Amino acid sequence: MTFVRPTFRHPDAPKNALGYTKKFYEGALSTLCAGCGHDSVSGAIIQSCFEMAVEPHRVAKLSGIGCSSKTPTYFLANSHGFNSVHGRMPSVATGAYLANRDLMYIGVSGDGDSASIGMGQFVHAIRRNLNITYIIMNNGCYGLTKGQDSATADVGSINKSGAANMYNAIDMVGLALELGASFIARSFSGDKEQLIPLIKAAMSHPGFALIDVVSPCVTFNNNVGSTKSYDYTREHIEATAALDFVPIMEEITTEYNEGDSVAVQLHDGSTIYLNKLAKDFNPRDRHSAVNKLYEAKASGEILTGLIYIDPDGRDLHSILHTSTTPLNALEKAVLCPGSMVLDGINAGLR
Amino acid sequence: MPQSKVNDFVIRFANVNGTGSASANDMFAKAIFRMGIPVSPKNIFPSNIQGLPTWYEVRVSEKGYLGRREGVDIMLSVNPQSMPKDITNVKPGGYFLYDSTKELYKDFIRDDIHYIGIPMMQMCMDKFADPRQRQLLKNMVYVGALSALLDIELEVLHGIIQQKFKGKEKLITANYEAMDMGIQYVHANFKYPLEHRVERRDKVKDWIMMDGNSACGLGAVYAGATVLAWYPITPSTSLADAFGKYAKKLRVDPETGRNNFAIVQAEDELAAIGVVIGANWNGARSFTATSGPGVSLMSEFLGLAYFAEIPTVLVDVQRGGPSTGMPTRTQQSDILLAAYASHGDTKQVLLFPSTPAECFSMMADAFDLAERLQTPVLVMTDLDLGMNENMSPPLVWDDRRVYDRGKVLTSEELEASAERFGRYLDVDGDGITYRTIPGTHPTKGSFFTRGTSRDEYAVYTEEGPAYVRNMDRLVKKWETAKQYVPGPEFYQKEKQSAFGMLFFGTTTYAAIEAQDLLAEQGITLDAMRVKAFPFNDEVQKFIDAHQRVFVVEQNRDAQFKSLLVNELGINPTKLTSILNYDGFPITADVIRQKIFQSLVGKLNPAFAEHEVGEPNLSEVSE
Repeated sequence: MTFVRPTFRHPDAPKNALGYTKKFYEGALSTLCAGCGHDSVSGAIIQSCFEMAVEPHRVAKLSGIGCSSKTPTYFLANSHGFNSVHGRMPSVATGAYLANRDLMYIGVSGDGDSASIGMGQFVHAIRRNLNITYIIMNNGCYGLTKGQDSATADVGSINKSGAANMYNAIDMVGLALELGASFIARSFSGDKEQLIPLIKAAMSHPGFALIDVVSPCVTFNNNVGSTKSYDYTREHIEATAALDFVPIMEEITTEYNEGDSVAVQLHDGSTIYLNKLAKDFNPRDRHSAVNKLYEAKASGEILTGLIYIDPDGRDLHSILHTSTTPLNALEKAVLCPGSMVLDGINAGLR
Repeated sequence: MPQSKVNDFVIRFANVNGTGSASANDMFAKAIFRMGIPVSPKNIFPSNIQGLPTWYEVRVSEKGYLGRREGVDIMLSVNPQSMPKDITNVKPGGYFLYDSTKELYKDFIRDDIHYIGIPMMQMCMDKFADPRQRQLLKNMVYVGALSALLDIELEVLHGIIQQKFKGKEKLITANYEAMDMGIQYVHANFKYPLEHRVERRDKVKDWIMMDGNSACGLGAVYAGATVLAWYPITPSTSLADAFGKYAKKLRVDPETGRNNFAIVQAEDELAAIGVVIGANWNGARSFTATSGPGVSLMSEFLGLAYFAEIPTVLVDVQRGGPSTGMPTRTQQSDILLAAYASHGDTKQVLLFPSTPAECFSMMADAFDLAERLQTPVLVMTDLDLGMNENMSPPLVWDDRRVYDRGKVLTSEELEASAERFGRYLDVDGDGITYRTIPGTHPTKGSFFTRGTSRDEYAVYTEEGPAYVRNMDRLVKKWETAKQYVPGPEFYQKEKQSAFGMLFFGTTTYAAIEAQDLLAEQGITLDAMRVKAFPFNDEVQKFIDAHQRVFVVEQNRDAQFKSLLVNELGINPTKLTSILNYDGFPITADVIRQKIFQSLVGKLNPAFAEHEVGEPNLSEVSE
């Protein structure tokens, strides 16, 4: 890889609705290994935010610890970022979201970060329906500590050292379905056509939106026998549907065939179109999603695409019935009851 | 001359937890308080919900001494389970009041104390039909009996009952009747009042009675805290409850009905502090309340907040450690854990309130300090302060007080600046750098918060010199902190003695009383109460100015002394520890004895009247 990125950008580079070019959404140069799946995911986030004309400074990007958690440095340089502690990003994101409900939150985590050390926080963030786009860059191994198996590695998957993993894998999608997450998707870092609309839809979804992205580790887990390698994933991928995301106010140009297409309207007015939908699959029905997931698993396929969505779920702020003004914007006049009230309280304590 | 027992005695109630005794006992203490007499009630309770022994100890002190005192003058016993021990705890010449529905075992008879048997349960069985009501009203029978025996004004008790059961006339009547049965029984069977009794005074001024946890919770509301994240743990749970209670009363938007606060009961303490850090990072004042085991769990995150410089407020309501320790007993044993919380070189700002009024005001101080210094601030209270109704000066709020949000750059300031924003760039030379809140400006002020080492512009680096510059700046900030944290309070007119006494938090009550007791014995001590860590110069000066300083604290290992030695470079032999760690609040007499022994060698028999024997309360602590 090169450590010098050309700063030249074509003067006619396309601009989005805010007048920004894609460059405005980039971050620092990645220090991950050349060919790392994570860099593709970062690219997809950049592309999604550019196309959605997101104000970068209205995004907060948070992560835990690990290779995946380094990536927020590599996208959206004009957003505040927070690289917290291992497995604890969900709680930090919860606090951040409570403080300001008006920002968009992107959480980036890995399989070690979410499926092992941070399992407790991952589970409870879903339970509270935190409004966040939660991306797990899932490569089945601990890259930063040189390739140990993670909890999402499949039984029998062979890592670079040649050893087969002996333990059952935790399926983050299956877990999220069980926990009642309101937006659940799986994708592959090598499939931007699917990943980008999923990220856009997740960002528009008012609640916990999980995207479990198979994102191969080229250095430690891309060998023959690994079930998280590029080759294996490409050979075994099965999509629930082809996906289109149409943001609010945008004209629909594609034609959709009635019968094999489903439109899901999101609260902000945008729409997800699911085309060439697998038969007997309804992404708004949790049972159907669970069945589909288990069928795919039984036949050795990796199910990708939008797996479940409930666009009507109540997110954390709705549950807590908090002020529509962000809590971090409330002034002392609103927050402090003042000395007169205190006199009354004192009197009641005598 | 025998000492007067008017407005000067200790009464202990031996109850079974879960029987409604707490409410009756509170009424008793409140009545004495309303008669203008200083009173300090303390709950001694088990880690259990129903069925185990619980005690409630009330010290009545005309002189206004609010610390615990050894020796029980009057034992009110309605718990057969703890009766044998309760009887042995009565001071010679004292009184043992009991429910005589069942006859007392002969083995329980001591010939050096007085017995007052009242058939409380029998009277309630005869009078009231509902079994639960019988149980509850039995407690009011003894309150009535005590009002006759101790000369408590009936109108005052009636006033408290009316207030408590406002609108529930039937309950008021039943409570009156139960009390009256107790009163009539005393009138008919015993000589009253006792020599231990109360007499109306005007000694409580405008003071209040409040538990420290409630005061902290209310203080957080006044301080502008909007996010509370917590995990249930004794003895801090009632602090989170209090914040919720007051916030629901004072922080709901009257027009929309929406909450101007958010409370998250987290999945564990790690998540609780994570939420707090995330919210503060994003510009909302946020805090957590916990106890020692929680602080242990939060340590990793406290290191992040220290190193990434994120304001954080944590209240540690200390209990007996280590491990699960004594969850319902008091200690000051998290001092070193809190001061150096987390791995690597870390130092945390601590505050030490000693009254509910200070719990209230120090919460506001904690948020101001946390934001001014961009670092965690730990408010160190304990179970004794947090869970007991302490007499306290009234809570004070100055409406002119402005929240100090510290060095936060606004959108306009960022817009006007031509310089590159350096999150960790020491522009002012005080070690405190400028921060920005996410979402402030489209192109300026964004930065990457991380627990890894970075340069002045928040860019990741493992360069030695950049790391050292940052660590040294944090030390500079620590020095700056000394001018912001509250200074110590002194308890002498001017320096009078070669000897000093140093204390903090809840040992204050007993220490001040001990200072008086020692003065009666001809030993004058200067006294200083430390309110914060880092120690400011006045703390150092006080120690330097004395030949020896006694450090009073409630833990085994003299943690506060270690902190003084470590941080101020003091010769350890200059500091003498006065320690108490049996889980009960320290008494003035223990402090007096230990200081006296240390200075004089052994006790002077001439002053033996203060002597009540070695503290032996540990036997009831199981």
